[in-house]
Amino acid sequence: MSKERDLVQAFLTGRMSRRSLIKRLGALGIGTAASGSLMALGTTRALAQDFDWKKHQGTGIKLLLNKHPYTDAMIANLEAFKQLTGMEVEYDVFPEDVYFDKVTAALSSGSSEYDAFMTGAYMTWTYGPAGWITDLNEWIQDPEKTAPNYDFEDMLPGLRASTAWDGVPGSELGGEGAKQWCIPWGFEANNLTYNRTMFDKLGAEPPKNMDELVALSARCSNELDGVYGIGVRGSRSWATIHPGFLSAYANFGEKDLNSDGGAMSAAMSTDGSKAFHQQWVKMIQDSGPRDWASYTWYQVGTDLGAGQSAMIYDADILGYFMNGGDNKEAGNLGYAPFAPNPEASAPTPNIWIWSLAMAQASEKKDAAWYFIQWASGIEHALFGAREMDFVNPVRQSVWDDEMFKDRIEKSYPGYVEQFTASAPGSQIYFTPQPLFFDLTTEWAASLQKMVANEVPVDEGLDQLAESIDRQLEEAGLG
Amino acid sequence: MNSIARAAAPPAGVRRLPLGQRLLPYLLSLPALLVCIGILVPFVTAVAYSLQRYRLSQPWAREWNWGENYLNFLTDASFWQTLEVSLVYAGLTVLIELLLGLGIALLLQRRSRINNLISILLLMPLMTAPALAALMWKLMTNVNFGVLSWLAALIGFEDFRWASSTTSALFTVVLVDVWVYTPFIMILLLAGLRSLPRQPFEAAELDGVPRWFVFRHITLPMLTPYIITAVLFRLLDSIQQFDIVYAMTQGGPGDTLTVFQVEAYLDFFQSTNVGRSAALLMILWLITYVLSTLFIKHWLKLRRRAAGETA
Repeated sequence: MSKERDLVQAFLTGRMSRRSLIKRLGALGIGTAASGSLMALGTTRALAQDFDWKKHQGTGIKLLLNKHPYTDAMIANLEAFKQLTGMEVEYDVFPEDVYFDKVTAALSSGSSEYDAFMTGAYMTWTYGPAGWITDLNEWIQDPEKTAPNYDFEDMLPGLRASTAWDGVPGSELGGEGAKQWCIPWGFEANNLTYNRTMFDKLGAEPPKNMDELVALSARCSNELDGVYGIGVRGSRSWATIHPGFLSAYANFGEKDLNSDGGAMSAAMSTDGSKAFHQQWVKMIQDSGPRDWASYTWYQVGTDLGAGQSAMIYDADILGYFMNGGDNKEAGNLGYAPFAPNPEASAPTPNIWIWSLAMAQASEKKDAAWYFIQWASGIEHALFGAREMDFVNPVRQSVWDDEMFKDRIEKSYPGYVEQFTASAPGSQIYFTPQPLFFDLTTEWAASLQKMVANEVPVDEGLDQLAESIDRQLEEAGLG
Repeated sequence: MNSIARAAAPPAGVRRLPLGQRLLPYLLSLPALLVCIGILVPFVTAVAYSLQRYRLSQPWAREWNWGENYLNFLTDASFWQTLEVSLVYAGLTVLIELLLGLGIALLLQRRSRINNLISILLLMPLMTAPALAALMWKLMTNVNFGVLSWLAALIGFEDFRWASSTTSALFTVVLVDVWVYTPFIMILLLAGLRSLPRQPFEAAELDGVPRWFVFRHITLPMLTPYIITAVLFRLLDSIQQFDIVYAMTQGGPGDTLTVFQVEAYLDFFQSTNVGRSAALLMILWLITYVLSTLFIKHWLKLRRRAAGETA
């Protein structure tokens, strides 16, 4: 049995892949199912040191999850959690189109059905002040409830800060007294993903600033047959603003709102903002998809994967997923960190963070925290990153893991370098406040009008700022 | 015994009914009462919400503001845009569907195997969930690979952008609505046409009355109750349209298609502005109530007239 134990230990310490482990256990006459049990047992032993993971044995919790590769990775490893804790876990998985409606309905009803759930950091700006979710600092800082090897500090600082807020509109994320509304689970930074084959054909290099991006996008549209230059989102939704658009906007030092001692006002009608909007609008008009106004992340990603677009300025993991599977352009994509402002020292990707939060109405909060800390712990993150598509990892230790880095560098050239260059500036650049979704959706609608030439950029931004100021005032925030 | 006591007492010779039988009428009406309460509770809740400043993300600011949500609409350009686009959408879809539905029903009026088969085939779009139909049309109108974009290019519309352009978005969603719901009007009118008495038509045929005259002075007046029923159903449904518009455009581009339900949905689920969302839905309810009352009154008048004429 010592050989088997050594093999499992080698897997747990990252010296062997899951596939090699199963193969070598097979050679020892141990089947796949038994291998799974051995691995779960090994993980259980490794985690169980110095912490009572069995404290909630027999307790059942229920999760609300979005259909996502992160969810798939968690479900694939869930047996390890059950063995470790002796807890039962039920879950409901919903597609993203309806997921947040389901979360809002479940939380606002005060139902205790779900103990923990997936969320985005922006959503906690609604859920937190509404009293629907719990400040997780109480658990993170309690050594009785959190395993000594959990190492919350291992999570990237920008992510920890971006998921913590004191609830005061306009105050700094992660500032003093901030409540940890959720725990980062996986994240997306917005950078450039480009088609290397197309760039080679043009003899082009990834652009280094906004002017180069606009020029190269136009060149791709003009010189590549049946291809448009740049894929960015355009639907009438807040989700159009948060990826490439806000990442570039922030890189020029522009802001969404002025926050002056509590009173807030729109910051989109400055000269700098107008100049940036002019350039962005022109880029879409000249080199974006023709039906840009209907583009969500899905169309942006699939066009890149199908060879319809030469590059995208969107979530890096969209580029990651399009470089695999049975996508037409699988294996042809490259990644580049992008700082649009020539005077900026580094990229400033605005980020989307899939996180785990705990329902205030849960009657099993301690047990739910056991799940959250396991799912966001190092062991599961390593499992997901090495064996599944649990990217981007939120922990520095996973990015430093040789097995993960080898896998990524082999199949996704430039991905790790892109992360390294942009990680320090990766954070949420929006001002946290409860009208986030109203104001950002209106921003997207204004952008649509500008691209459609329904309103000149200057005028559109002045109207937008006026409307936002009115709404802030009505909500007692202006 | 005074007169009141005498009145309350059962008349001599009448046996007092057992308790169970006396309660029976109340028990029988209980389900109706429960259904009524089930309908009224959400309605009254929505009315209450519409009279509050109520945002889920700012629970501390929740208070009764009475008519302020409604008054704010008067100066809110986006509300007037919502009202306008909802009415235009409803008007256009119902008008086009009525004309097409009536035309198809007239063509299929004569009973034959082929007509019966066609009328069944024409019902297929109605069996498709509107949200699915919208996604299907979204693919067909995709400017890169959609078959309709290809056809449009063949006839000279090289850069037609369907739902993603402010100028053609309304046309596109109306087109999808017409595709889905024309069969509804067609089948109602076809049933009406086939149930009309034959004698007036036979008399007109014997007298050699022109077809247009027969249609205008015999078919149309006799078919009017069916037309009103079909239009009423479609109008009420159309003004509350959500799935097609949301699945295809999310209310955009810009504010082009922010119809009532889309605006109220976004207000509630995205902005968590319960007060404004409820006020919008109350106005929508008022519009549908007025419309349905007018239509039903007209329909009853027609029925009374028909009954008087035949009596």
